[in-house]
Amino acid sequence: MFDLDNWQEIFITIRKNKLRTFLTGFSVGWGIFMLIILLGSGRGIFNGVEAMFDNEAINSIQIRPGTATMEYKGFKAGRRVRMQNSDYDYLIATYPGIDKSSAFDYFWGQGISYKAETGNYTIRGVHPGYSDFAKTIVLEGRFLNDLDISEKRKSAVLGKLVVQDLFGREPAVGKYINVSGVPFKVIGVTDDKGSEWEQRAVFIPISAAQAIFRGGSQEFGRMTVTTGDLSLSEAVELADKIERDLKDRLMIDPRDQRGINIRNNNVEFAKYANVMKGIDAFVWVIGIFTIIAGIVGVSNIMMIVVKERTKEIGIRKALGATPFSIIALILQESIFITAVSGYIGLLLGIGLLELVNTFLPEGTPFFKNPGVDVNIAVYATLLLIFAGSLAGFFPARKAASIRPIVALRDE
Amino acid sequence: MNEMIKISELNKSYQMGSNSLHVLKGIDLTINEGEFVSIMGSSGSGKSTLLNILGLLDEHDTGSYYLNNVLMKGLSESKSAYYRNQFIGFVFQSFNLISFKNAMENVALPLYYQKVPRKKRNELALEYLEKVGLKDWAEHLPNELSGGQKQRVAIARALISKPKIILADEPTGALDSVTSEEVMNIFKDINKEGITVIIVTHENEISALTDRIIRLRDGLIEQPEYV
Repeated sequence: MFDLDNWQEIFITIRKNKLRTFLTGFSVGWGIFMLIILLGSGRGIFNGVEAMFDNEAINSIQIRPGTATMEYKGFKAGRRVRMQNSDYDYLIATYPGIDKSSAFDYFWGQGISYKAETGNYTIRGVHPGYSDFAKTIVLEGRFLNDLDISEKRKSAVLGKLVVQDLFGREPAVGKYINVSGVPFKVIGVTDDKGSEWEQRAVFIPISAAQAIFRGGSQEFGRMTVTTGDLSLSEAVELADKIERDLKDRLMIDPRDQRGINIRNNNVEFAKYANVMKGIDAFVWVIGIFTIIAGIVGVSNIMMIVVKERTKEIGIRKALGATPFSIIALILQESIFITAVSGYIGLLLGIGLLELVNTFLPEGTPFFKNPGVDVNIAVYATLLLIFAGSLAGFFPARKAASIRPIVALRDE
Repeated sequence: MNEMIKISELNKSYQMGSNSLHVLKGIDLTINEGEFVSIMGSSGSGKSTLLNILGLLDEHDTGSYYLNNVLMKGLSESKSAYYRNQFIGFVFQSFNLISFKNAMENVALPLYYQKVPRKKRNELALEYLEKVGLKDWAEHLPNELSGGQKQRVAIARALISKPKIILADEPTGALDSVTSEEVMNIFKDINKEGITVIIVTHENEISALTDRIIRLRDGLIEQPEYV
């Protein structure tokens, strides 16, 4: 079926009918082009949204005490709520649904020095679980561990920009830095894709931070827990329970909206994920309909081609062409036109996406790395071949059913 | 003598809306291998219909048709395509060459459907073009050829598959008298090689050049035949 002769037949017809072939191919190429652009943009939006969550785990729940606005059990309104280590321990012990966790506290603008170099950085007292929440990437050494916490070790993990400032090219791990007069041993260097803020942080055990910078206080500013692989509804339930429990423990009126602030990333992300699914489905529907329009176009034109070639097909049949060979001839032409023009549309679409990607300003909200992956390209190619066969099928059947005596009748 | 064509009680009607047009009304005809026959008749006599049935381009309603001693009945499209390809060469009044193929490619086309390799096909096509005196025109497209040349190309195409029968439908209808004679001479030569030649015509000058004349009138063969 795929011998040189058939191809020559096709090329000859195509060469003889350039405009017609162009218009046919254009409708399919345009369809694929649009599909690729739409899919690529959809992907860009998806990546953009995902990037917004880059500095926080999407399965995390953040707990931030606020200011009580209602009087409750003898406690005045307007009181600042503080959480204690015991609250943290209680939550971890009570809820097995909690996967990783960290309380944390920020100490702004602490003078930190190594040898002659000095700078002001934010110190963060955290638990080891913080790295899971903030998606911290360990470049060298290690992050804090449970021993650092329980022994209140003076260990420090430095963001990579801190290391750049203080150490230059010198290796940092194992050295001692001076934090407000207290020596800390550098145990690791980290990076964080989400924010430069985190790259400029110094992480120390929260227990050590409380002992050194809060004079042994048991309080901390806020905490976060991750929910492992809990489902959305389980995570919502967990967040609700934590809120109720904490309000009870911290003497906040259950109706008080501002006494404690709980932000459930599970819910936030699910909102976006739903929107994304909607956009994705929308894109496919539009794309498929565009391609269907293209197929109808090709089919239409192939019908005209068959009509024009009625006589030729009649001659071929008189000379011994079987119906199958006629079908093959028309189908091949149709598949060829759709495949080539669709492929051009595919390349142009990918090209445009790449171009947009190149000139896209860094940090554009809601849009990042538009593009289609290999799978999509393969699907699109299969779709094209399918579309080509579909577009050619009816005209081919019509051609095969042409009766030679009708075709050869002299007008 | 081998009976190349044997038909008996052959009927064919066409449905024209609610009316039925009875074109062939029970024809009996035998044509032996190697005959040079013309079928004559006025327009509407059914001669083209008969030729189409003989050439397996159309199906008859009732009666029997043996081609080379094989009963032609209820053939599938592919089967009749096979018989056309193997046994029959067509020559038409309007030549029916494919306009975007040159003379050689046109002649080679029947061999394409016999799955003969391209190179071999084209060699044979040149050979047959030489036979009809058109070897130098092999690369020309049909619209660069005169009527007589086109018909010679068509004859070469009909011959290339080494058919048992040549069926020619008004082969000289579009040609002047000089070229008509040339074309008839070619048919005569073909016939001498043993191929059965059947020509449909309404011109007496043409039929006079054949060995046997079959006259059709109103869907029946006029008796007696002039042999």
